[in-house]
Amino acid sequence: MKIRLSTDSVRLLIPALSLTVLLCAVFYLQPRAMSYTGLNLLFNLAVPITLATIAQMLIMTVNDLDLSMGTFVSFVACVAAAFLPTAPLTGVAILLAAIAAYAVLGVVIHVRQLPSIVVTLGMSFVWGGLAVLILPAPGGQAPVWARWIMTSKPPLMPMAIVASIVIAVLTHFIVMRSSFGVLIRGVGGNTRSVERAGWSIISARAGAYALAAFFAVLAGIALVGLTTSADANIALRYTLLSIAGVILGGGEFVGGRVSPIGAVIGALTLTLAGSFLSFLRISPDWQIGAQGAILIVVLALRLFLNRLEKREKGR
Amino acid sequence: MTGSSHPVPVVEAQGVKVSFGAVRALAGVDLVIRQGECVGLVGHNGAGKSTIVNVINGGLSPHDGTLSYEGEAPGRYGINSARGHGIRCVFQELSLCPNLTVIENMRVMHRALSGWGWRSRAAAAIKGKLDEIFPGHRIDRSRAVGDLSIAERQMVEIATAFADVGQKPKLVILDEPTSSLDASLAEQLLAHIRAYVAGGGSIIFISHILGEVLSTATRIVVMKDGRVVADRPASEFTQQKLVQAMGSVVAEKRDARAVRAATSTAPVLSLPLRRGRGLPFKAFPGEIVGLAGLSGHGQTDMLVDLYLSRSGNWLQRRKPEVAFVAGDRGYNGTFPLWSILKNMSVASLGDLSRATFVDEQHEAELGDEWKRKIEVRTQDMENGILSLSGGNQQKVLFARALAARAPIVLMDDPMRGVDIGTKQEVYDILRSEAENGCTFIWYSTEMEEVCICDRVYVFNAGAIVAELAGNDINEENILAASFTEAVIGEAVA
Repeated sequence: MKIRLSTDSVRLLIPALSLTVLLCAVFYLQPRAMSYTGLNLLFNLAVPITLATIAQMLIMTVNDLDLSMGTFVSFVACVAAAFLPTAPLTGVAILLAAIAAYAVLGVVIHVRQLPSIVVTLGMSFVWGGLAVLILPAPGGQAPVWARWIMTSKPPLMPMAIVASIVIAVLTHFIVMRSSFGVLIRGVGGNTRSVERAGWSIISARAGAYALAAFFAVLAGIALVGLTTSADANIALRYTLLSIAGVILGGGEFVGGRVSPIGAVIGALTLTLAGSFLSFLRISPDWQIGAQGAILIVVLALRLFLNRLEKREKGR
Repeated sequence: MTGSSHPVPVVEAQGVKVSFGAVRALAGVDLVIRQGECVGLVGHNGAGKSTIVNVINGGLSPHDGTLSYEGEAPGRYGINSARGHGIRCVFQELSLCPNLTVIENMRVMHRALSGWGWRSRAAAAIKGKLDEIFPGHRIDRSRAVGDLSIAERQMVEIATAFADVGQKPKLVILDEPTSSLDASLAEQLLAHIRAYVAGGGSIIFISHILGEVLSTATRIVVMKDGRVVADRPASEFTQQKLVQAMGSVVAEKRDARAVRAATSTAPVLSLPLRRGRGLPFKAFPGEIVGLAGLSGHGQTDMLVDLYLSRSGNWLQRRKPEVAFVAGDRGYNGTFPLWSILKNMSVASLGDLSRATFVDEQHEAELGDEWKRKIEVRTQDMENGILSLSGGNQQKVLFARALAARAPIVLMDDPMRGVDIGTKQEVYDILRSEAENGCTFIWYSTEMEEVCICDRVYVFNAGAIVAELAGNDINEENILAASFTEAVIGEAVA
């Protein structure tokens, strides 16, 4: 008898497998990484990337793409470092306004039928400019509580792992189990039918964008908590990392097919890939290329599985 | 009468008019749906069935006329006011979210399913309805709809529409619900419709399978050209009468053309049986071959297959063998930002270029030549293509195909939304090009165009079910042939 796996589990299989393989490779190269401190160091920087990946995933759920993720996280980091410790009220107000701005973006993109790529690419310059205005030179300081959370040492598992699990479970509940999650995935899957059932597409999209901005804000604060200071270019690479993370985790660009757990695993895999290449003593010049190669291998594997699945269905 | 005890109709439409641009989709439709009746809605493609359905379910606001639900006019037309009066719709094309599970789709379709524990309530509701309508269905409710077979998706969609969560459905509109169900499932559905109607519910039943409509509906409404042309109890109709009511009596008989003795030459184009059924396809030089039948029954698929079988896959062929005239201009016809000339010459750039550079002089000459030949109404061929009317844009697309000097031209219902004068001009062009040996394969949804052809293949369910030639090509024969297989299927069931 053959075990029938649901499409969703197949989707999760590849990212989980690639993370395990990569982790084994790292442990083989560097056995000392197999410890509390080692794991913490390996995955430390994964927390903000994971949060940014979740934010990107929410945007991709409604068939859009956010090319301003990196600059937005940088902007949030600057706000967090410049205002949160000294003038928390101002800081919180700015961050809330930023979330509202995202909701408005979601509405404008839908109402005016604009390509999200163009709008968010334009917005990336806006966020970048604001970040420079707030923090012209690198500096600022991390809010004490953010620093405390990011450097805490929970028993049994390092902070980075605990945070990843919490994020995965929480977003799984929001996106895969709640009514709101069903609605925004429905918008991604078949906007017309959701509309015909009498839902407001505008509020669904505004909600998805606002929630994405909320997770991006968390990413920025977590980043400052790790680095203790911010600068306007601190998270520029997050844009592509977050997209890659979602895709690596089994998500798709269109069709509302996303997986929060997969996205978290994807973000962890990407972080680990960097360390793995350093352990291999590959020069930094080649690392980006090698990281790309890892991505291509994993994605090729997924396409192959998809094809198998389709052939199975075709019969 | 069933409705007499309930004087207030579920839906009442009076003098509803809807037009899309210059095209009048509904020219004043009166339709009353009472409680406890199943109204069969039939009519040929473009008769306005989907439009009136969209008006009733709130997706379209009527431009003129009134609409009332249960006796009261809605304050604001809209999907929510229609749903508030218990109106549900099963659309012809699949309208579930393929990425969501069956249960999650219930949540999307029924806004009343809110609060904690909606999953278990949705699961119970959909299971109950599926078991009731399609006993022994074996559909896993936790699977994504995209993973189900087409028939299963259709079953889920029907059950979702009939499901009762918080609010009872009063009128369920079924648009071609049996098109992807096999005979036994269709019979289960029809039985459920009869039981539902007997229990006081109302149904609008749209189907091209006339036997189904006759056996299920209590009243049949026939639409044609955006109007209701017949509205009588189902018992007064027979299959023959329905077909007659749907089509117009052919007013003028066109001059009989001699059937070409073409079989002596070899066909320029041929395809084996479609899906192993029906008749094979053949086209001979200098012929105009029509593809008829109800829309979406495999005509476009065959045109695409014909095109792909004769065009290069990777490498551009030096001399094109086939040209394609698209029906959906905006989607795969025009380059909206280009000039008329560029739009026209794009298929023949190989001829026009010298050492890989486009010879502009030559291109302009070609433009002038075709402008004269097909009378494109413009001052300057350098104007943007969108400055032309739809009909003239279509002429440019014809010129593009003809200028490519391909011996075979495939046409995918290219005359949609083209005015009658332009049509006549294009027909003449086609005729004269055919005299010169060019072969045309022409899919059209308009009867008069099909009647111009030398030979016609009629499609049903992806296969060619009839071949008509010469004087046999008339509306009656084509309509009858369009339903051929459906009739056989019904007789077997």
